Amino acid sequence: MPFKSIKSLEERPDFFSPGHGLCPGCGAAQIARIVTKVAGKDTIIVTPTGCLEVSTTTYPATSWKVPYLHVAFENAAAAASGIKVAYDALIRKKKISKDANLVVLGGDGGTADIGLQSLSGALERGERITYICYDNEAYMNTGIQRSGATPYGAWTTTSPAGQKTLKKDLMGMAMAHRVKYAATASIAYVRDAANKVEKAISLGGPSFIHWIQPCTVGWRYDPKLTVKISKLAVKTGLWPLYEYYEGVTKLTVEVPKRLPVSEYLKLQGRFRQIMNKPEELAKIQSYADGLAGKFGLGPVAQ
Amino acid sequence: MKTVEPILLSGNLAEAYAIKQLDVDVVAAYPITPQTTIIEKISEYVADGELDANFMLVESEHSAISSCLSAASAGARVFTSTSSQGLLLMHEILFITSALRLPVVMAVANRSVSAPINIWCDHGDIMPQRDVGWIQLFAESAQEAYDKLIQAYRIAEDPEVRLPVMVNTDGIILSHTYEPVFLLEDSEVASFVPWKLYPLRLDPENPLTMGAFGYPEYYFETRYQSAKALEDSINTISEVDEKFGEISGRKYGTVSPFRCEDADVILISMGSISETIRATVRKLREKGEKVGMISLKLFRPFPFKEMISLVQDVKAVGVVDRAFSPGAAVGPVFNDITSALYLSKMSVPCVNFFAGLGGRDVRMAEVEDMFEKLKEVANTGVVKEHRYYVGLRG
Repeated sequence: MPFKSIKSLEERPDFFSPGHGLCPGCGAAQIARIVTKVAGKDTIIVTPTGCLEVSTTTYPATSWKVPYLHVAFENAAAAASGIKVAYDALIRKKKISKDANLVVLGGDGGTADIGLQSLSGALERGERITYICYDNEAYMNTGIQRSGATPYGAWTTTSPAGQKTLKKDLMGMAMAHRVKYAATASIAYVRDAANKVEKAISLGGPSFIHWIQPCTVGWRYDPKLTVKISKLAVKTGLWPLYEYYEGVTKLTVEVPKRLPVSEYLKLQGRFRQIMNKPEELAKIQSYADGLAGKFGLGPVAQ
Repeated sequence: MKTVEPILLSGNLAEAYAIKQLDVDVVAAYPITPQTTIIEKISEYVADGELDANFMLVESEHSAISSCLSAASAGARVFTSTSSQGLLLMHEILFITSALRLPVVMAVANRSVSAPINIWCDHGDIMPQRDVGWIQLFAESAQEAYDKLIQAYRIAEDPEVRLPVMVNTDGIILSHTYEPVFLLEDSEVASFVPWKLYPLRLDPENPLTMGAFGYPEYYFETRYQSAKALEDSINTISEVDEKFGEISGRKYGTVSPFRCEDADVILISMGSISETIRATVRKLREKGEKVGMISLKLFRPFPFKEMISLVQDVKAVGVVDRAFSPGAAVGPVFNDITSALYLSKMSVPCVNFFAGLGGRDVRMAEVEDMFEKLKEVANTGVVKEHRYYVGLRG
């Protein structure tokens, strides 16, 4: 474990600058900062279109102190692959000498929906890239529309009565591609997340990290609660922190006693319309119980 | 190898051979008829160690062009090829490639677009790409496809240009027909298009942000710069053609006139149909008829000045369009030709011939008929019909 403490991460230089246009309390900025700190100088970042892209690259300014490429919404995995494959060819042909890490930071829309085909292709081909999905569970950049990653019951502008289906199982899809490494992450557990990014990059890829990213605007909460909500997602079992390597999944943050899902839901305005509907809450609790059983979390504390 | 005698190659195989000689670093492509034999052949070259490239077998044309774009942004020399629906799927990324000024080169085996699905030649796939900001060259033989692909890299990578280039060859007709092709030596190709590492690449030693967000304060200027670069590239395109002529003995021009010097009527066309028209002109000239033709070799940037100089004293001009522009009064090539005439304050009567869609053969008899219609316009000075649909059944 290269990061025994948050301090050892904090000592690393920053490659993501402040002064970007992301909202106060936005989890994506923290994810970008942690990822670039871990990945280091010899890294190229690719993002699909999304909040992170529009807020960090407003010409003529940029927040990125590492090389950065944005092409379009649905092709970040193909774009990152192309750079990596080019680096491989140029190094082999002795046209350049130094390699670079390729890391994608994509939202859930650009990953689970419109970018899924390109991602599947890259994972299947075994491209040596690390794909990180910062999942804020809707199309936040265009103003909170539902995506395939929107959870059951959540309000969005296009699911005004609450989302009627469970969110897409992105980790399941990544693992079905037999990726080198896959993991879930939360900014409430920085050391866990940093070590996962380190592992994903050092194993060469294809690696996939699914990172929950609370959105103050779309989830309807006070910006000071971002880390708390990130922690409650884990403590309730809705976002188990685990990793997948060589065919085995392993929990990285134990949750011996889970909190009921209502503790997580009640802080977010997007679930307001179901908070007084026990049958809806029971469905979400049942979903969390299923994940807990699958990944080895403890029972709900009475 | 430089061949003193020509060898038999299809357009696709001639292009694949050019790619081998061009020492391309990254190829990303997806199968689609009639382009597929290019990438099959390149796969063999890579597997046999004859071409030291990384071949990305991606899951769609959209990813093929995306990966080529990004590989070029890392400094690699790249290639892709496609046709028809594949080119339509790439459409979105084509704009981005030109705006980011990346020297991606693509061979397009031109094919009709669905529906109905049809694998034969027309220009229905390329015409929706008119405004994507790429240089668009057209070949009318396998030899020209080979030559143009070599020229394409030198144009694309020229520091004054830095734009993507498409080489268009008529699907099936050129892509699959074997013709005698003269090849250059590998060393001649290497010195004609020397590989250089572009300094403004994605490199951790010199971090750049590519694909930034452009507010209204900057968007207009950015797009203007790419459009201006495309217009100005015509000088480099002509110079590269001249220089290519010096090493190969073959040059094509942006427009290729045939027997235009004293012609009363002229037909203008793009692609393989030009060969049939040229043969028809030769035949009619033997009968003493004052007919001529122009093969349009460069579609974007459109060679306005070169075109105008050739039709100064003509009594009627016919333009062959191998695609529709539904809802417009005329076809896409006709539109450009008549704009050029208008901007030069020339009022030559023009007739638009729609021909050869979905692989429908256009024969010499039909070309003769087009010339008959043009002669009637020349004699009377009246355009009765401004559009004809050649061989269309009622």
